[in-house]
Amino acid sequence: MSETIIEARNLDLTFETNDGPVHALKDVNLSIEKGDFVSFIGPSGCGKTTFLRVVAGLEQATGGSVTVNGLSPDEARRARAYGYVFQAAGLYPWRTIAGNVKLPLEIMGFDRAEQDRRVRNVLDLVDLAGFEKKYPWQLSGGMQQRASIARALAFDADILLMDEPFGALDEIVRDHLNEQLLKLWASTGKTIGFVTHSIPEAVYLSTKIVVMSPRPGRITDVIESPLPQERPLDIRDSKEFIEVAHRVREGLRAGHSYD
Amino acid sequence: MRSLLPILTVVAAIVAIWYAAAVWLNSQWTYDQAARAGVEIGFSEVVADAWVQERPVLPAPHQVAVELYDTVIDKSVTSKRSLVYHGWITVSATLLGFVFGTVLGILLAVGIVHNRAMDMSVMPWAIASQTIPILAIAPMIIVVLNSVGVQGLVPKAIISAYLSFFPVVVGMVAGLRSPDAMQLDLMRTYNASRAETFWKLRLPASMPYLFTSLKVGIAASLVGAIVGELPTGAVAGLGARLLSGSYYGQTVQIWAALFAAAAVAAGLVGVIGFLQRVTLRRMGMQS
Repeated sequence: MSETIIEARNLDLTFETNDGPVHALKDVNLSIEKGDFVSFIGPSGCGKTTFLRVVAGLEQATGGSVTVNGLSPDEARRARAYGYVFQAAGLYPWRTIAGNVKLPLEIMGFDRAEQDRRVRNVLDLVDLAGFEKKYPWQLSGGMQQRASIARALAFDADILLMDEPFGALDEIVRDHLNEQLLKLWASTGKTIGFVTHSIPEAVYLSTKIVVMSPRPGRITDVIESPLPQERPLDIRDSKEFIEVAHRVREGLRAGHSYD
Repeated sequence: MRSLLPILTVVAAIVAIWYAAAVWLNSQWTYDQAARAGVEIGFSEVVADAWVQERPVLPAPHQVAVELYDTVIDKSVTSKRSLVYHGWITVSATLLGFVFGTVLGILLAVGIVHNRAMDMSVMPWAIASQTIPILAIAPMIIVVLNSVGVQGLVPKAIISAYLSFFPVVVGMVAGLRSPDAMQLDLMRTYNASRAETFWKLRLPASMPYLFTSLKVGIAASLVGAIVGELPTGAVAGLGARLLSGSYYGQTVQIWAALFAAAAVAAGLVGVIGFLQRVTLRRMGMQS
């Protein structure tokens, strides 16, 4: 018995640009269930980020429909249904780490004691306890990104949307953060939408992998992962992992055979 | 300590050039005097005379130094001949004008950033205002304000604000627009209102820009206050000293007033720089 959280039906999005219309999304159909970890993978221009932005209400679809918790994306945004993690940490340099995590809580009007309690909780969750009073420039890139994840978690939305959050980090840090993210997902039970262009990252993290291709941006394959919930890093050497990764690669290649 | 030597070398070079220029520019008068008296005169006498004339074309550095010492240290600060007294008159107009200009500049910038109509309409006027020579409109501002009974400090402060609001507008518009699309999107995901976006994102992000334009603004304010004293026959202020110096050919007095103005400007810019460092450090930013 699963509950659909995000549902896209025949979704279309065309950007009008100076060089003519760009078909960013074409006929996208997708259901995301409660507690899913869904990765979107594909080359640049395939619309994976655009899809996430449509779900977040940051972009308007030009055709079809999307619902988030049964609401339109814009209503869901106003109901603060999701936390969004961007490619760059984007912490405010004039706020401490605790101050940055507090930002959404201040805007959403939590009282002061509750703000402090939540900041402590989420910083614990991303392993940044003790860094409350540091400023962003005093932290490494990986730690900054963890702080930005804490900021997205602070107001405890059920959905977490992440747009290539580890794209700018080196592989060692990335592995470590992937492991931590899985733990965090297991302990919070959130529904996660995760954009990446790393095949191992997508396969390692996801319960469902959405393979996309560009011009026009569309879904070419949706893979339900057969991997178990419990995923140590060395699962990446297992037969199942390699099979899934292979299927993702096939999907990406199929998308490219058009051009 | 190591950087002191090059600095002193440059200062010494400037002083040397200055003394030489004083000889070159002032010698004509000495030669004319000698010719009129019908006497021959040697170069060393010309040099000695060029540095002690009462109304030289270019006063020698020590003459300006003596004048500064007389009018800054020796005279009581309440004396009409004290540069401290005149300097304070100008500084008070400068500070008042700077406050006017900064407040106006910030308000205009907030309007420009938040309102499309203001964005399209205010900036061209602000730029046009700066292309009009301040000397041309300063007397009109004084006359108009005088006719409605506003006198003294305020008209000068308004002229000074006229010059200083502009760098503040330009800097604040850039500063308030400095948050990138991602940071604005982040605020949208929180469903933050425009006011919240302003107070929590745009305003703090604009602080480094604000202080940079305040440094330009305070210097412009000082120029405005001095210029405001020139066409009005003001009896007090650094501008008045410049004016009376030029009426009576008191070049030493003019140069002393110029140096006083430069020192005041350096001091004011220094104060803003200090406030900038303190504020940005308290905001946790490396400046």
